[in-house]
Amino acid sequence: MISIRNVGKHYGSFQVLADCSTEVNKGEVIVVCGPSGSGKSTLIKCVNGLEPFQQGEIVVNGVSVGAPKTDLPKLRAHVGMVFQHFELFPHMSIMANLTLAQEKVLGRPHEEARAKGPALLDRVGLRAQAAKYPGELSGGQQQRVAIARALAMDPICMLFDEPTSALDPEMINEVLDVMVELAREGMTMMCVTHEMGFARQVAHRVVFMDHGRIVEDAPTEAFFGAPRSERAQQFLAKILHH
Amino acid sequence: MYEFDWSSIPGALPFLWQGMTVTLELTATAVVVGIVWGTLLAMMRLSAMPLLAWFAAGYVNLFRSIPLLMVLLWFFLIVPRLLESLLGFPPGSDMRLTSAMVGFALFESAYYAEIIRAGIQSVPQGQVAAAYALGMSYGQAMRLVVLPQAFRNMVPLLLTQAIILFQDTSLVYVSALADFFGAAYKVGDRDGRLVELLLFAGAVYFVMCYAASLLVKRLSRKGTAA
Repeated sequence: MISIRNVGKHYGSFQVLADCSTEVNKGEVIVVCGPSGSGKSTLIKCVNGLEPFQQGEIVVNGVSVGAPKTDLPKLRAHVGMVFQHFELFPHMSIMANLTLAQEKVLGRPHEEARAKGPALLDRVGLRAQAAKYPGELSGGQQQRVAIARALAMDPICMLFDEPTSALDPEMINEVLDVMVELAREGMTMMCVTHEMGFARQVAHRVVFMDHGRIVEDAPTEAFFGAPRSERAQQFLAKILHH
Repeated sequence: MYEFDWSSIPGALPFLWQGMTVTLELTATAVVVGIVWGTLLAMMRLSAMPLLAWFAAGYVNLFRSIPLLMVLLWFFLIVPRLLESLLGFPPGSDMRLTSAMVGFALFESAYYAEIIRAGIQSVPQGQVAAAYALGMSYGQAMRLVVLPQAFRNMVPLLLTQAIILFQDTSLVYVSALADFFGAAYKVGDRDGRLVELLLFAGAVYFVMCYAASLLVKRLSRKGTAA
């Protein structure tokens, strides 16, 4: 589904990504982790072309993301993305947030787009909030709406860029619960996150990055059982200590 | 001691009102065209295409570095000739209002462009990323996500600029066009009551602008409260 081959990216002389390769197969859940500044967010933004890259190739569902002729909007319409800071559109109601791209990008009739709303909001446990505005919801609720907004486009896979990093601790679980559910339904997911509990629970593989390189790419059991690289061992020791 | 005599004002009211309609027409045209063309200029200036960015920056800097009065004079001299030769208007037709409208609109666009550019930049980059991630094109992201938020943040500034513009329209007196100020001047000159008429005109400008600025204050307070 997502194939990342030898991807490299630099700003001037600063190498952000170097020789990154990994695969996400259909129905797989991959967790990408690593210290801040390791390039994991940049890598996931390369997957839907939000960040350009200079070396290598990324193929999503048979389409090469970096190729100059690729219709990026068309590709992105079917690759869901959830951001650290939610990025709901604050000037629109929750329902309008869910229907906007369905109508303007996919060309669905207004009634059809609206009809999908209640079921989507049900799925993230927020049916009662359709008429509210993003500013009236808590962070956890906003992030769940953001997931629903991405799902409204019937994505073939979902990208999560640190979806719980900006949340208060008591709101993290409500978002993770939705993500776990999604994983169990068989959604193809690539998640940048530090939530190791989530990784253990649903991830098929864990990719560990440091200094723009993929240092480790292992099945979840193996990664938590016995990470091979010293850097990953250190990282796990720090993050799992508390 | 100077004796005030206001008696020439009541009879001149219809003429003064005609002048006011010219002033309002000029203001409205310049505001509408200024915002539309200013938005395009702001988008060009922020564009990744160097040629567009360069053109917009040049335009804005040019118009912001020339006195408005001079721009207006040029347009009084140039636009009528241009329209005569391009559109086949008969020579000597009265093009002063059109010239003034074009001059003001092009001049004000430069100022609006800067306000709108700041407004666009006040919308977080993540909003654009989210719009793109949903499959929107540049145009859709701008029209549906960025500009509505930008304009909401800018309303007080845009209105304040419109108030300034309303006052600046009095500069059309250089073409002897009878806007409100010009009309007041003409009446005062005719009746030998220039002081009274100009005081009256000043009071009208003051009341209108002050009322409008109070309205803007209320609006912006409401905006920050929401």
